[in-house]
Amino acid sequence: MTNTLKLVALAAVTLFAMMAINFARDLSYQVHAIIVMLVAGGLFIIHVRRIGEPAGPAPTGYMDDVVRYGVIATAFWGVVGFLAGTFIAFQLAFPVLNFEWAEGYANFGRLRPLHTSAVIFAFGGNALLATSFYIVQRTCAVRLWGGNLAWFVFWGYQLFIVLAATGYLLGGTQSKEYAEPEWYVDLWLTIVWVSYLLVFMGTVIMRKERHIYVANWFFMAFIITVAMLHVVNNLSVPVSIWGSKSVIVWAGVADAMVQWWYGHNAVGFFLTAGFLGMMYYFVPKQAERPVFSYKLSIVHFWALIFLYIWAGPHHLHYTALPDWASTLGMVFSVVLWMPSWGGMINGLMTLSGAWDKLRTDPIIRMMVISIGFYGMSTFEGPMMSIKAVNSLSHYTDWTIGHVHSGALGWNGMITFGALYFLTPKLWNKAGLYSLKLVNWHFWLATIGIVLYAASMWVTGIMEGLMWREVDANGFLVNSFADTVAAKFPMYVVRGLGGVMYLLGSLIMVYNLWMTVKAAPAKAEASAAVPAE
Amino acid sequence: MELYTMLREFADSWMLLFLFSFFVLVVLWVMRPGATRNYRDTADIPFRYEDAPAGDANQKEA
Repeated sequence: MTNTLKLVALAAVTLFAMMAINFARDLSYQVHAIIVMLVAGGLFIIHVRRIGEPAGPAPTGYMDDVVRYGVIATAFWGVVGFLAGTFIAFQLAFPVLNFEWAEGYANFGRLRPLHTSAVIFAFGGNALLATSFYIVQRTCAVRLWGGNLAWFVFWGYQLFIVLAATGYLLGGTQSKEYAEPEWYVDLWLTIVWVSYLLVFMGTVIMRKERHIYVANWFFMAFIITVAMLHVVNNLSVPVSIWGSKSVIVWAGVADAMVQWWYGHNAVGFFLTAGFLGMMYYFVPKQAERPVFSYKLSIVHFWALIFLYIWAGPHHLHYTALPDWASTLGMVFSVVLWMPSWGGMINGLMTLSGAWDKLRTDPIIRMMVISIGFYGMSTFEGPMMSIKAVNSLSHYTDWTIGHVHSGALGWNGMITFGALYFLTPKLWNKAGLYSLKLVNWHFWLATIGIVLYAASMWVTGIMEGLMWREVDANGFLVNSFADTVAAKFPMYVVRGLGGVMYLLGSLIMVYNLWMTVKAAPAKAEASAAVPAE
Repeated sequence: MELYTMLREFADSWMLLFLFSFFVLVVLWVMRPGATRNYRDTADIPFRYEDAPAGDANQKEA
């Protein structure tokens, strides 16, 4: 019965997509209709061929195939995103890289959202999917709930990424930062995300452990809040069902406020809460000791989610936004410093009594530097949200430096640590192929981030000071082009930092590949251990 | 009263008070007597059921 319904639905979607190709009002919608037609049509054929196949026995044990796919997708999208970022960094330094023949498709303006979405949603999102599925099973002691729904979440999310990425190159964007995809892609993501919530909550509800481990609290906050943010920020009415253009229901400053309420909480719940879930599982596991203070982790959780949601207006200082709102955003951002550092201390102190592992275990080193960058960027952020500081830093490259010390340092490094932890476990290997290569990755990435962040501090503060410089008569001294020319050396240094970070990630991919292919299999411990 | 004004008034009085007291209660709850023993067990969750779900035949008791 469900199979028949599935076939009918797939056939209907294929037919609709065919009509959409014909009636399409713009190129990006048309290309998306072709992609949807191929996917739905392909799935239809696969399902038809499977009709009448007897259902196998219900699978038992942890559902790890989907986690394995998630690990591969994370590594793949990571390299794609870093490559795109490095390329656009050089496009800024050397504008000739905005090739004439690719104008309108591969120039900076089109590639920049491709980069941000690839690293945040494709790399970070897949890392969150894979790790949350891995962690929730182990800490609830049950198999993932919902059977193949987890597969739908994984592949549905990949489809979202492909639609978003192709859309940006072809101009299908609603111009909201970190929320660029158009209405139909947003609707698709909503379906996928609700399924994700069902799988995760279902597993937590079916748990065999009495308590819900703190990592799962962070993952639940991440999934629920992102669902809320995504839906509210994308309340738009399509102009036509055959086109990608849509109009948001609120206008002007209200739209801006909602966008940055979304934007900042995307940072707070996607890039912070979710990744803190990773931290609270992988750091104790790798250090082989429980988290420093479980009490602190609970206070950390509630303080973080109560405060983050109010910090958004600091993105709109000195704009049409009412003063009280931007002051509120500033104050909450500064207060947020405390729970952030509480979390950092909790992560770092988990190593107390095992600090020697820093010398011998490059994976723990990666996790520790990631927590260090978390602490650094959660200090820098509140500082930059103070209005007086923001009047210097806003619209300059300092902001870009801040984002990258958080994203490359905190999100990137903890994800690399998680991938190094997961790969031997998931493919049943005794250990990684080479710890030496992990060490190379660690240093390349760290030096890369330092080059990136330092050059952006220099160029950002210089830019801010040049913009506000006035002569004795009160006239501005520098034109915008003057600042662009002065920034050139720092742009080259930033690009080199990107090259090093990219190189490190390629070493990681090679190392993980060789771990799966060549590392010795894990010895079966159970056979040798005598009964106790 | 205008809807905006009404919501605004509610938000910075009763709602603020509610959220703040909720948070304070969480902090007090965390420090309740006997919590430390409880949380020691909870903090150990990642070290159980590494390879197979609870009750699974392949489960190696930790």
